[in-house]
Amino acid sequence: MAKVDENKEGIKGMVNPTRYGIERFAYLLMRLTGLGLLAYFVAHIYETSNILRGKVGWQEFLAITQTPEGHIILAIVIGMSVFHTVNGIRVMLGHGGIGVGKPARPDYPYAPQSQNARHKIAIYSSIVLAALAMMYGLAVMFGE
Amino acid sequence: MTSEGLQISKEESGIIVSPTKTITLRIFRYNPKINNESKFDEFKIPYQRWTTVLDAILEVKKHLDHSIAVRYSCRQASCGSCGMKINGRPALACFTKISELNSDVITIEPMNNFPIIRDLAVGFERMFSTHKKIKPYIINEESEINPGTKEFLQTPEDVEKYIQFSSCIKCGLCNSACPTMATDSSFVGPQALAQAYRYVADNRDKGKDDRLKIIDDSHGIFRCHFAGSCSQVCPKGVDPAMGIQLLRGYLLGFRD
Ligand code: SF4
Ligand code: FES
Repeated sequence: MAKVDENKEGIKGMVNPTRYGIERFAYLLMRLTGLGLLAYFVAHIYETSNILRGKVGWQEFLAITQTPEGHIILAIVIGMSVFHTVNGIRVMLGHGGIGVGKPARPDYPYAPQSQNARHKIAIYSSIVLAALAMMYGLAVMFGE
Repeated sequence: MTSEGLQISKEESGIIVSPTKTITLRIFRYNPKINNESKFDEFKIPYQRWTTVLDAILEVKKHLDHSIAVRYSCRQASCGSCGMKINGRPALACFTKISELNSDVITIEPMNNFPIIRDLAVGFERMFSTHKKIKPYIINEESEINPGTKEFLQTPEDVEKYIQFSSCIKCGLCNSACPTMATDSSFVGPQALAQAYRYVADNRDKGKDDRLKIIDDSHGIFRCHFAGSCSQVCPKGVDPAMGIQLLRGYLLGFRD
């Protein structure tokens, strides 16, 4: 194995969620859902631009989303949006220094205040809410 | 000491010496002066309940292979020299007991995001120069050491605002765990950012605007995505992630 200058872990290390708790897992999900939503956004613009092909073209294209595969993709988009929004609020507030704890003289065993229970609850809640929203979406789409 | 002597001292002290177990250490070996290839060497050594990973490495150096390069000094989590990756996670070797790892094999590698000098020893030059860049000292025209100038009085509450961040021993574990540092060679890193906050939060300091300008660049504080891994590995309770978010609060206008 040849060593590069700074022995960086690279993308493989960045996306490895196993070593640093639920916060690192949330970090990974946030990035993946961000990329997924970006891809959906581009696809959505392409999809809606089909209106330029007239009514028939538009309806032909819309039919793609009415298939089981289309429903599943839309359910994933719902899950990604909900997770990204709820976790995004947690991260945005954190970025402003809100809810990250108050500096104090550290005492062993040094539980980091910025990784407090409120953050963990927010992360788990965003995962649960995303799952519920996906289930609701699937029920509506397949229940038609 | 003779076996008889050992017996006597054991009886007198009343200490029960726990039975010795053995552990396999897989130590990363790499010497760029010889070639660009790296490998793992395995060593089986005895350990006790209190044996640290650093003790184990030194045992290997003493009896099995003296050529292993490792940096250490204080052996008590104070100097910040012995950071390495222990079973995949950055930690201080002198502050990690083998018995806590619950593993029969311990894989020891150099910290990521630092250039390897040899084996487990890494170069700290970039971290130290980034640390210097954020001006890690009190900036104030007046000085306590000039005769005739006043003392800088601080209340215990004033001290409480930064004391946590002044515990940093510059071990680099946070920089090694950071997911941004894993891909961005120019990122300023959690160590320096937490130190920027340490001085900004000190009411004797007047260099806040200077420091905020330094860290507000394209590879600066906004590359932090609050993954918090830096705080998970920090051995001194500095909680760099907290410092970084509080610091960013100034730039985002949440604090003044
Ligand atoms: S902040 Fe903690 S982990 Fe980072 S260099 Fe300082 S002591 Fe080490
Ligand atoms: S030897 Fe000093 S911190 Fe480990």
